[in-house]
Amino acid sequence: MILRALLTSLLLVVSGLASAADVEVPLVIKEHRFTPEELRIPANRKVKLVIDNQDATPEEFESHTLNREKVIPGNSKGAVFIGPLKPGKYPFWGEFNQKTAQGVVIAE
Amino acid sequence: MLGAAIIVFRETLEAALLIGIIAAATRGLPARNRWLALGIAAGLGGSLAVAGLTEQIAEWADGVGQELFNAIVLGIAVVMLAWHNIWMSRHGREMAAQARSVGQRVREGSAELSAIATVIALAVLREGAETVLFLYGMASGGTLEGRSALLGGGLGLAGGIVVGSALYAGLVRIPIGRLFTITGGLLLLMASGMAGQMARNLIQGNLINTDSTPLWDTSSLLPMDSLTGSLLHILAGYEARPSATQAIFYAATFCIILTGMRLARPGTRVFR
Repeated sequence: MILRALLTSLLLVVSGLASAADVEVPLVIKEHRFTPEELRIPANRKVKLVIDNQDATPEEFESHTLNREKVIPGNSKGAVFIGPLKPGKYPFWGEFNQKTAQGVVIAE
Repeated sequence: MLGAAIIVFRETLEAALLIGIIAAATRGLPARNRWLALGIAAGLGGSLAVAGLTEQIAEWADGVGQELFNAIVLGIAVVMLAWHNIWMSRHGREMAAQARSVGQRVREGSAELSAIATVIALAVLREGAETVLFLYGMASGGTLEGRSALLGGGLGLAGGIVVGSALYAGLVRIPIGRLFTITGGLLLLMASGMAGQMARNLIQGNLINTDSTPLWDTSSLLPMDSLTGSLLHILAGYEARPSATQAIFYAATFCIILTGMRLARPGTRVFR
């Protein structure tokens, strides 16, 4: 059972490295706000969110519906893979500045 | 200030609960406090180091270094917890009965305790690095805002420690024979949850290429940001919208550790 699980995950890793051609969508953090706040992405496809934090302070991108969380250090970029998503709205926020940093992914 | 207190409390809670359970689970092992303290100290030192290196780590592996790092940290913690649980199912009863000589217990106990110290160090490191980053960001903003954030952070940290200590205090009132069964069960669930988190990090970084469509959705029934939801998330790895891969990692870890615990029980002839 262990062996089988290991083999399966190894295969998955290899296939993961092979298929890098996904949709890339930029998302900017500036003054503790997301731009765009409504992020439209194609439904039913894997999407690479490239989050560019232009503030000097770190931010944590978080979303329960997307089941994602990631710290983006100040003045740097980070990638988060989401989907394939069914059409719909998926809210996200910045954990460290929740008052202003709010946004929503719209899969369509 | 309240915002900072809540964020730091949330980050502290997971490590604090794990330490509370582990402290109860290693009751009666010699020099246990020293190992626990060593684990916490190493974790705090590691938090500062990882926080300082965040930008470098983030750039590894084409922008998904953080996911890779988290997955490795979680993977090591799962293995160490598995070892602890299997070790305890062999030695727990003797320990409860104090049947061994002190010298023998020291020799066997220190390998076990170093594994446990590693688990604690990794848990503190994971949650601590995020807390350090957050507080550093707040403190480098404005002086007044920064000071109040640090104060809030201190309160949040204290709150986490209080809850972890309360859990420990509750657990140690249980008679020692039953205690080890309960802590074993709790750590089994926590280890499985960590394996699920490891899968989530691998998927988030596209390090394994699977469909991340949720297997089920209980987010309206038991939301992740509710008190029960987040406690269950920490203690048993609850997810409102887990992907199939996450569920498989969870279930496989659960079954493997449980089988190991069963086989290692005194009287089973496999490990001797």
